[in-house]
Amino acid sequence: MIEFFFQFLWALDATLRVATPLMLCAMAGIFSERSGIVDISLEGKLLSGAFVAATIASLTGSAWLGLGGAICASVLMSLLHGFACITHKGDQVVSGVAINFLASGLTVILGIAIFKRGGQTPTLSSDERFRPIELWFVDILDNIPILGSVYRELISGHSLLVYVALICVPVASFILYRTRFGLRLRAVGESPIAVDSAGVSVTWLRYRALIVGGVFCGIAGAYLSISHGANFVREMSAGKGYIALAAVIFGNWRPIRAFWACLMFGFLDAITSRLQGVDLPIIGEIPSQLMVALPYIMTILLLSGFIGRPSPPSAIGLPYRK
Amino acid sequence: MSVRKPLPRWADLILLPFINLCAAFFVCGIVVWIIGENPWNALIVMIKGAFIYPGSLGYTLYYTTNFIFTGLAVATAFHANLFNIGGEGQAYVGSLGILLATALFAPYLPGIFVILLCIVCSALMGAAWALIPGYLQAKRGSHVVITTIMFNFLASALMVWLLAGPLIQIGQQSPQSDLIPKNAHLPSAETFFGWFGIDVASSPLNLSFMVALIALFVFWVLIWKTRLGYEIRAVGKNQDAANYAGINVSRTIIITMTISGAFAGLLAINEVMGVQHRAILNFTAGYGFTGIAVALMGRNHPIGIFFASLLFGALFQGGAELDFEFKSITRDMVLLIQGMIILFSGALAYMFNPALSRILTRVLKGGEHDD
Repeated sequence: MIEFFFQFLWALDATLRVATPLMLCAMAGIFSERSGIVDISLEGKLLSGAFVAATIASLTGSAWLGLGGAICASVLMSLLHGFACITHKGDQVVSGVAINFLASGLTVILGIAIFKRGGQTPTLSSDERFRPIELWFVDILDNIPILGSVYRELISGHSLLVYVALICVPVASFILYRTRFGLRLRAVGESPIAVDSAGVSVTWLRYRALIVGGVFCGIAGAYLSISHGANFVREMSAGKGYIALAAVIFGNWRPIRAFWACLMFGFLDAITSRLQGVDLPIIGEIPSQLMVALPYIMTILLLSGFIGRPSPPSAIGLPYRK
Repeated sequence: MSVRKPLPRWADLILLPFINLCAAFFVCGIVVWIIGENPWNALIVMIKGAFIYPGSLGYTLYYTTNFIFTGLAVATAFHANLFNIGGEGQAYVGSLGILLATALFAPYLPGIFVILLCIVCSALMGAAWALIPGYLQAKRGSHVVITTIMFNFLASALMVWLLAGPLIQIGQQSPQSDLIPKNAHLPSAETFFGWFGIDVASSPLNLSFMVALIALFVFWVLIWKTRLGYEIRAVGKNQDAANYAGINVSRTIIITMTISGAFAGLLAINEVMGVQHRAILNFTAGYGFTGIAVALMGRNHPIGIFFASLLFGALFQGGAELDFEFKSITRDMVLLIQGMIILFSGALAYMFNPALSRILTRVLKGGEHDD
């Protein structure tokens, strides 16, 4: 029983680590899509953030500069997306695909040019990264039987960026539902013409939404390469941007629900490696590919209305023309 | 922009895409220059690598074959205003059609029938993989962009499972299927020309290039010369109007996606029947995504798609040459070029439109070229 409890705790702990970039990207996706801009470029922003973070951290030795650089890079990608599909009213999906290609290409080309290691960045030492933080009172709470272990194993001991991600979720929710900016942002995704006739700039509002998304994706990228990992590896985003997009849809374009979707997808990811080769009672061994495919299958089922009813923003994907 | 006079037809079809292409190459050139290499030299190396060196043309045309198929897949969907990002997955499972057909028919039928059946089955599997997103879009309103992305991941998971499990070659560790029987191999260009006593350099180019050319023609007939093609374009222009005109919109969407998937599925014949002679892991290697760039550059027209495919074929083959000639630029450059081309000829396609229109009006003194 005790062993099972700790197994479960570690699985949850791993879930949190895996879900962190998903949460941040999902929040980015929500901001962008709620303003009416389809964002399949989450993947590319995540990747470029990861690359710039690792590069700057390795060149300057500062994780904070790395984080700042990652945010700048990702916001730049967002601005490019905005330039193409807000200013020039280009197709949002096409623009997103282009950005994903640019990110895959640029990260490797620049990586080779700077470090000459076949696209990888040098491994960072521990003080060039965001290290796990021991929260307060861990030793005191340790004496309490179950709560102490939960606190030590699950809640304490993550890197700063994990806590940032956890805070981002309620913050995103607050901004969307409790501020004037959020109200307008949701309105512009439903009916840009109404926002425009109220005298608010649709263009600037959508740009701001994309910039906020860029910041989130940048933090997520930094988490991948200078907190969770210790260097940048080519294509290290490995589809996480798309999973986050799936989580946005799964969460019905709402921050808190998307957060739970991220945790669920993260949990699936975390237990996949543990279940590999394990013979479960009754069902037998589950192929790990099935576990990998599960988030996508669930999202497709959800999207097709077999579980719940998705309600995307009405003006999504449509460039606004006066 | 809508107030401005439209560009003359030749400028819209040739000049503007050319300017966009130049812009894409120009930005890539800047990146090469920043890295500290000479962009001009890089371009020369790529052109030599794609066309001049012995056998290189064969490689270029082999890549071209792949891009014609995936470009047609994306273009078919574009005509119905659908975005099929799933070419990658559809091509991947297309290989299952070939494996199935060879298992069922190869022992009993002569080569030519086996080959034809394999081609049909690869198209059918690709079509089936696109059918579900098409159905979900038409009947359930789930956006085809998202579902085809998800289906790419599903295809990848399915193929890894199959190639590492049930379909793995006996006694092999690496995930790949058994070799397909000899009578299902598509003759390579070397063999084919050998029958006529012509000597060509060895390359992966094979008869599926001919299939690709036929597919281009079929596409042209389908879109512009048939009733279905008219319906596809009508749905793409305006669903409500199409519906009002008595076109069954959801049926057309489903059919369009199936045809789109069939074109993508054909990619498998080039890789599996022509080159590898087995299904291997990730043989699609991103060709499905490149199809997006091809369709955008080729303006969804068969002639455009052919030349765009040729360009990307040359880029892929010439890009491989970069690895040998330069220390700091590699074939990953091709990813950047693709991204730039998608950006400039897709998302920013009309950025240069106002400026170009102003210049042309001034040069042509207006009036005459208004059509």
